[in-house]
Amino acid sequence: MLLRHTTKEIMERSALTVNPAKTCQPVGAMYASLGIHGCLPHSHGSQGCYAYHRTALTRHYKEPVIAATSAFTEGASVFGGQANLLQAIDNIFAVYNPDVIAVHTTCLSETIGDDIPQIINKAKADGKIPDGKYVIHANTPSYVGSHITGFSNMTKAMVDYFSSQNGPKQKTINLIPGYVEPSDMSEIKRIAREMGISSLMFPDTSQVLNGPMTGHYQMFPAGGSKIKDLQSTGNSLGTIAMGRMASLAAARALDAKCKVPYEMIDLPIGLQATDIFVDSLRKMAGVNVPESLSIERGQLLDVITDMQQYFFGKRVALVGDPDQVLALTKFLVSIDMYPVYIVTGSAAGKKYQKALEEATKDIPHEVKIKVGGDMLLLHQWIKNLSVDLLIGNTYVKYIAKDEDIPFIRFGFPILDRIGHSYFPTVGYKGGLRLVEKILDAVLDRKDRDSTDINFELVL
Amino acid sequence: MSNIPLLKERESQIFRKGKEPFNMTCGKQSLAGSVSQRACVFCGSRVVLYPIADALHLIHGPIGCAAYTWDIRGALSSGPELHRMSFSTDLREKDVIFGGEKKLYHALIDLISQYAPKAAFVYSTCIVGIIGDDVGAVCKAVGEKTGIPVLPVHSEGFKGTKKDGYKAACNAMFSLIGKGDVSGISAKSINILGEFNIGGEAWMIKSYYQKMGIEVVSVMTGDGRVDDIRRSHGASLNVVQCSGSMTHLAEKMKEVFGIPYIRVSYFGLEDTSKALYDVAAYFADDPQIMESTKEIVRNEIQAVAAELQQIKKRVQGKRAAIYVGGAFKAFSLIKALRYLGIKVVLAGSQTGLQADYKILKEMCDEDTIILDDANSLELSKYVLEKKADLFIGGVKERPIAFKLGIGFCDHNHERKIPLAGYLGMLNFAREVYQTISSPVWQFTPKYLSSSRIGEGSMVVR
Repeated sequence: MLLRHTTKEIMERSALTVNPAKTCQPVGAMYASLGIHGCLPHSHGSQGCYAYHRTALTRHYKEPVIAATSAFTEGASVFGGQANLLQAIDNIFAVYNPDVIAVHTTCLSETIGDDIPQIINKAKADGKIPDGKYVIHANTPSYVGSHITGFSNMTKAMVDYFSSQNGPKQKTINLIPGYVEPSDMSEIKRIAREMGISSLMFPDTSQVLNGPMTGHYQMFPAGGSKIKDLQSTGNSLGTIAMGRMASLAAARALDAKCKVPYEMIDLPIGLQATDIFVDSLRKMAGVNVPESLSIERGQLLDVITDMQQYFFGKRVALVGDPDQVLALTKFLVSIDMYPVYIVTGSAAGKKYQKALEEATKDIPHEVKIKVGGDMLLLHQWIKNLSVDLLIGNTYVKYIAKDEDIPFIRFGFPILDRIGHSYFPTVGYKGGLRLVEKILDAVLDRKDRDSTDINFELVL
Repeated sequence: MSNIPLLKERESQIFRKGKEPFNMTCGKQSLAGSVSQRACVFCGSRVVLYPIADALHLIHGPIGCAAYTWDIRGALSSGPELHRMSFSTDLREKDVIFGGEKKLYHALIDLISQYAPKAAFVYSTCIVGIIGDDVGAVCKAVGEKTGIPVLPVHSEGFKGTKKDGYKAACNAMFSLIGKGDVSGISAKSINILGEFNIGGEAWMIKSYYQKMGIEVVSVMTGDGRVDDIRRSHGASLNVVQCSGSMTHLAEKMKEVFGIPYIRVSYFGLEDTSKALYDVAAYFADDPQIMESTKEIVRNEIQAVAAELQQIKKRVQGKRAAIYVGGAFKAFSLIKALRYLGIKVVLAGSQTGLQADYKILKEMCDEDTIILDDANSLELSKYVLEKKADLFIGGVKERPIAFKLGIGFCDHNHERKIPLAGYLGMLNFAREVYQTISSPVWQFTPKYLSSSRIGEGSMVVR
């Protein structure tokens, strides 16, 4: 019992987070920055921050993760970090020579009050930024929001710094995929391609954090949104933003800056959410849905019909990031499962909470929802009344082991399994993978718990 | 790739043995803008204290510092598991403006009443140092109210390097020492310092000493207990491993309690045996201890020698690159690898000292690359240049090694099997063999000429 110290009694907590289901802004900003081609993320703070973020991302993606740091010392913390950042910009272009440096702040530099745009301007004036190279920034104080906020802020920074109406309107559609896996980003692009739509995705970590083995170490892998594509997002027909918390800010900024209208949808997880995504693409681009996608959809639907008998009435506890949790909750309800305990680590607001309540209103059980909760609370709910399935990131495995509940890894971070960065959970194909995982977990448990007498070959 | 640009300031931190003069610049802050593999003060404190399993570890700061260090290291406990939970004051914007002392106070009171820990460690993070919370005063007040030791750990991330974090951890621990009852402690007794029980290593080492007839009063901090630490001043000798993290504590214990210390390493047959013999020699007034030690060493080596020889036949002649946290570990690794017939072609550390690098240089063969605080480009450059078959490092180096198409052993937080002691050496050899001989390497492209590197991509221009 690894969490043996966790009790059933739920105490009121105001000053304390135990076993968090979120982390801080900068790691999200770093992940987003890696979705720009040739970009070196830069952490404007002390050395530990970027070491932890790189470690967290490395453990999740099993890929080298690069970033630089301003390496704050006590002096910088008293006199401000301008000198550090200027020196860093100088060194980075001299040694690593990226196309872009994407600076994100930390709690330290935010509290000191460093003015990043002013420092970038000074670097420009001092000739520290070579021609054709860029330094962009996002403010990501760790004491506001969560890693999703950081991702959102850096995604918006891409619009602020790059997007422009620099030519005639193109038939292109911008895709803002949200804080999802590189595999999900490729799948979202593939669906657009399948429909014959030319798209620009940002950020795009596919082929950056799930690249091939080549026999050499590439500091800047092949993937990532290209600068010229980021610049021309202002000429696109429209934007589809997926996942409100991660993507809305960038979509809005692009609308305000370049008059590119956007459609805000859920992450395309599951049948209906993918339908909505495909339909948004269809309407925005004025195309028809190709037969190939209809077949994919039909296959997912077919598999769900085969599986629904096993899904019915299963109680599920779900914890993760708001955009994922909302889309997954709706999907679970649609396949007749009962997401009865729902926790997000990030506080996503009252409207968000209402959306979850609305999605689960027909479940014939008490549904507990905590937006801005932690895993201790989830565990305590489970101790009071258990569930049939757990879905969440790797940290959920403590609960799964202690309470002996089937568990599916989903979300960020996944530190103990490989595959999530290669197989999507979005789109119809991703839906297939999800229902396969769910059924495996549920039926493996059934087999394990069967007595010799009622153990059956065919289920 | 063969001629990556080096910053001028980095030149004095990279050496090729044979090229005199050797004068490694080390122990200095990483350059701003470097892609170093180092961490911060908080990280140092956290890894040292976290294995104390019956203490509460509360991280006072925004959520990240707690999230990234939640059960990060796999330090095993034979009893309580409180150290595996993650507690954070999760500071928000209003706390940064109005101060977080109240929040800290209430968090501590709540947690101590809920979990009844033997002591509480409160880690200060960067922001706490800036907003000026008086963590010491809060700890004192809570300590008085709850009756347990509540210890501030001054680990603000920016106040130095990881090493300063070790020091802050030692200072916090030191305030526990001398408070427990030492009656009944044998004159032939030691504390094991700098051993964190990764994969159960502390248990193994402890059992050697117990078989030698020596009482182990406390392990700091693997499978650690507050009460053991409180009475650790009753031991006759401190045996310090991982010298970087714990020498400071050993020094303080020597100064205040007059307990001498020796430095040891438990990696490899040679160093493990030396450690046990050194401790036996300290208790020379009891010849039985030396006798038992000889027998233990003989038996333990006998138990692993045959398989080690088998493995040696298969791995000898291979070339290894090692990049570790402290230089002391590098010494042991070089010896252990040499025992297996593996040549070390690159040796580096994040936090080595001038004297460490001198020893490292003495140990290494001609032309070995020696690095302080290296970045990923430098590491990959020299791995390719020196045609290494194996990389030994930590979490951030693993994918780099795999991308280059060579084997990898984690000798840091992510090792899951004990690598210390005699059995540990066998485990290590097995792991080396397993990773070097994986059939996957026959499919991976290796050592591409520099002209192909960078083709169609933007490697290093």
